[in-house]
Amino acid sequence: MLYFIIQRMLQSVLVMLVVAAISFALFSYVGDPIEAMTGEDDPIELKQQLRASLGLDQPIPIQFARFVGNAVQGDFGVSYRARQPVMQLIAERFPATMELVFVASLIALFVGIPAGIYTALRRDSPVSYALQTGSLIGISMPTFLTGILLILVFSVWLKVLPSFGRGETVDIGWWSTGFLTVSGLKSLILPSITLGLFSTTLIMRLVRTEMLEVMRTDYIKFARARGLRDRSINFRHAFKNTLVPVVTITGMQVGSLIAFAIITETVFQWPGLGLLFIQAVGNVDIPVMAAYLVLTALMFVVINLAVDILYFFIDPRLRADRAVASGATT
Amino acid sequence: MSAPDVDTTRGFLGRTRDIFARMGRHDLWLSFRSKPVVIVAAIVAGVLILSALAAPLIAPHDPYDMASVSLLYAELPPAWVDGGDPAFPLGTDLQGRDMLSTILYGSRTSILVGAAAVALSLVLGVAAGLVAGYGGGVVDSVLMRIADIQLTFPAILIALLFDGVVSAIFSHGSSDQYALLVIILAIGVSNWVLFARVVRSSTLVEKGKDYVKAARVTGVSSLAILLKHILPNTLGPVLVIATINLALAILGEATLSFLGVGLPPTQPSLGTLIRIGNEYLFSGAWWMTIFPGVTLILLVLSVNLLGDWLRDALNPKLR
Amino acid sequence: MQRDQQPRSDAAAPPILEVRNLVVAFHGLAGTLRALDDVSFSIAPGEILGVVGESGAGKSLTGAAVIGLLERPGRIDGGEILLAGRRIDNLPHAQMRKVRGREIGAIFQDPLTSLNPLLTVGEQLTETIATHLALSAKAARARAVELLAEVGIPAPANRIDDYPHHFSGGMRQRVVIALALCANPKLVIADEPTTALDVSVQAQILELIRRLGREHGTAVMLITHDMGVIAETADRVAVMYAGRVAEIGPTREIIETPHHPYTVGLMGSVPVIGEDAEDLVQIDGSMPRLNAIPPGCAFNPRCGEVMGRCLSQRPGLMPAGRSQAACWLMDTVTGDAA
Repeated sequence: MLYFIIQRMLQSVLVMLVVAAISFALFSYVGDPIEAMTGEDDPIELKQQLRASLGLDQPIPIQFARFVGNAVQGDFGVSYRARQPVMQLIAERFPATMELVFVASLIALFVGIPAGIYTALRRDSPVSYALQTGSLIGISMPTFLTGILLILVFSVWLKVLPSFGRGETVDIGWWSTGFLTVSGLKSLILPSITLGLFSTTLIMRLVRTEMLEVMRTDYIKFARARGLRDRSINFRHAFKNTLVPVVTITGMQVGSLIAFAIITETVFQWPGLGLLFIQAVGNVDIPVMAAYLVLTALMFVVINLAVDILYFFIDPRLRADRAVASGATT
Repeated sequence: MSAPDVDTTRGFLGRTRDIFARMGRHDLWLSFRSKPVVIVAAIVAGVLILSALAAPLIAPHDPYDMASVSLLYAELPPAWVDGGDPAFPLGTDLQGRDMLSTILYGSRTSILVGAAAVALSLVLGVAAGLVAGYGGGVVDSVLMRIADIQLTFPAILIALLFDGVVSAIFSHGSSDQYALLVIILAIGVSNWVLFARVVRSSTLVEKGKDYVKAARVTGVSSLAILLKHILPNTLGPVLVIATINLALAILGEATLSFLGVGLPPTQPSLGTLIRIGNEYLFSGAWWMTIFPGVTLILLVLSVNLLGDWLRDALNPKLR
Repeated sequence: MQRDQQPRSDAAAPPILEVRNLVVAFHGLAGTLRALDDVSFSIAPGEILGVVGESGAGKSLTGAAVIGLLERPGRIDGGEILLAGRRIDNLPHAQMRKVRGREIGAIFQDPLTSLNPLLTVGEQLTETIATHLALSAKAARARAVELLAEVGIPAPANRIDDYPHHFSGGMRQRVVIALALCANPKLVIADEPTTALDVSVQAQILELIRRLGREHGTAVMLITHDMGVIAETADRVAVMYAGRVAEIGPTREIIETPHHPYTVGLMGSVPVIGEDAEDLVQIDGSMPRLNAIPPGCAFNPRCGEVMGRCLSQRPGLMPAGRSQAACWLMDTVTGDAA
């Protein structure tokens, strides 16, 4: 088990290095950072001075090492556009995205899993048909369109919910939260539903398929043949066995929520990382793009690692230590 | 054990025909006929795709012909709403262009971009899968590691990044002219992994079979074996993935265009139209957003349904 | 090898299981298929009835019907199933659940897939015990250890907290048997209990099943396609063909003097434990599919002694020596017998 986790961690480090290399390549070769930071009329000497002070005259491996060293300390340089340290921009935007992703994940889990179980167990009920049809539409619905339709209905026509921004926020240390004010909470509703809808339907469909699959297995048939209660068969025996794939996909979904936040934040003008990134793409603001890339990669890698570790708590077969010790005896 | 059960003299087409014959035997047609939802999906997808492709022939107006566009007719609601004009059944946009016509042209762009992107993913993925599966060794590990790393990230992020980088490189010139190409590349590159994985696993299976071994012993070249024997056997799953990916690619293009990094208003796709309409949502001109939006949903939904059905009908294990 | 063929039960005792004219059909879009057609047999207390036939003959389906676990779209369309004189085929879901595990135990074919991989064997045993018997958690655990000891798991107190993957195939099948016995059922349905096991382990498991019948008076319905297993274990045998009982009688009689032409073919070579019955079938052709069962006797296309009436009239079970066979050759009443 320890070996497996160490192996996974090494793999994560490898992924981070690859991402860092891409970011670095972006940084060094896409556009000229000096040109971006200086004006047309600045003297050549100033540019050369700047080049030297940024270490851009050094050999590539040294530049890369320095880039990684700085990145580890949270230093991604200065935004070409905002002329502020990138890390400062990101810290300002980070809480907005995290709160949005958090609420969207809760929706996805607490609606998706029960709906999946229900549709698997009551396959022929009208509610199941409705949920199944709804999920098909949900899965074919682009995130931005969901957001637009929700805005059209709830903001334009009914005028009950705000269509952009976070509302009032309260600062707790450097973290600004929208959870503590009414306008902050109201502002969260439409964006989090928009962001969570796709994952909700995906998780629901996955749980349903996995449940149906597990219900066909011999050990469920055998559990029935032993006269166990339906409740125990459905949850203790069947649902628990769907958890490995469900946890995998849920982990991946939380990762993609961070990515899809870009779209939701654009639709709702939500002042988060995604909006920052899309503006950076529009302005060719390479340091911000690079930092965003490294940061989201880090989050994905951490989520994946967490999922890998969760497997051990779910599936005893992966805790292989005892199998070797007690051996196979007949 | 047994003699090669396949006539090696028949070419790719012959083998391909076998695959489709096998599909026929799997009662593909029967399963199609027995599912009303699938029939409806096929009809909807067919009508949308055909009318989009035939847009220049059937659209009531030419939205690109500036002479026929007049600001006099700007922002007209759909024909059945008060103030609508029967000449513009779905209303007009801000420049007075007919919505129905722009949607037809927009779908055409969306579908073509989607199809081209899927073709690119398919070629990249199938080639990578064949090479990885047949070659094995270092090439296999490297390709599959790249695939693993790429799968860690959502395709949309990869496409967005790719798009951002390429536009950054071309930032000095006019990127509009490359926009179409860039978006096809971005979506194509972000979706090759699934093809590669499936083709790789079928290649590994076929590679171990006697007829491939026999062909190898008799000195048939690797390329010939790959193209004649292994490739045709991967067609079923590849077809399924291509269908599902078409829906994904159309969605991806719409999303990128909506975010403003996709197609410019001069070459509007459905995503671009929705983006433009969205800016005027609060002015009450809902039809500029809703109609392209509904078209997009119908298109993606029907293609998704067809993909689901194909997957179940051809290979229930592929999930 | 050879055992005393004296039936262990006394003939007057009422049967534990009685199946009367059971009909199971699949209702599909393409119409209705009769998978079991007029199946009747009974099992006495302590008796082991072997049910043998090719795959698709309806053996497992019979077991599933008895335990009330037919899968959609299959359902009982006629006949009765009586357990110790009480009708169970029409019980509501909640009551039938209490019969399963409590009064009828089941043993499945593949021990590798029959156990829930995520729960320890102790958890699976105590849950089953607690579901059916009013025992405290501690007492249930003690009974679980007892059961494991009874089915021959060494050091059961240490193994009870192990997960299924810690056990070998043969040991897992012992755990499965322990699970079937949790509430001391009157009847155990064993569906191909040894098919997935090594030959050396098969004999041990069969001996275990035999011992249970002897010590607890548990009746066993032993479903298998392996005549060797039947010869080794069963007191009586029901031979099934195309969803019908072709012949039923004492094991020795069926093996030594089979009456139905299908059974005769089946017994064409001396059965040895571990050999597949499929290899033994020396009859031309194959069993008809459910949608192509001929009128009259289902065996008529393959029968070497087919007569005119076999093509139109379906034979019921008729006395044949110490057995009963569904064959017109046995018909002494109308005098057509050969």
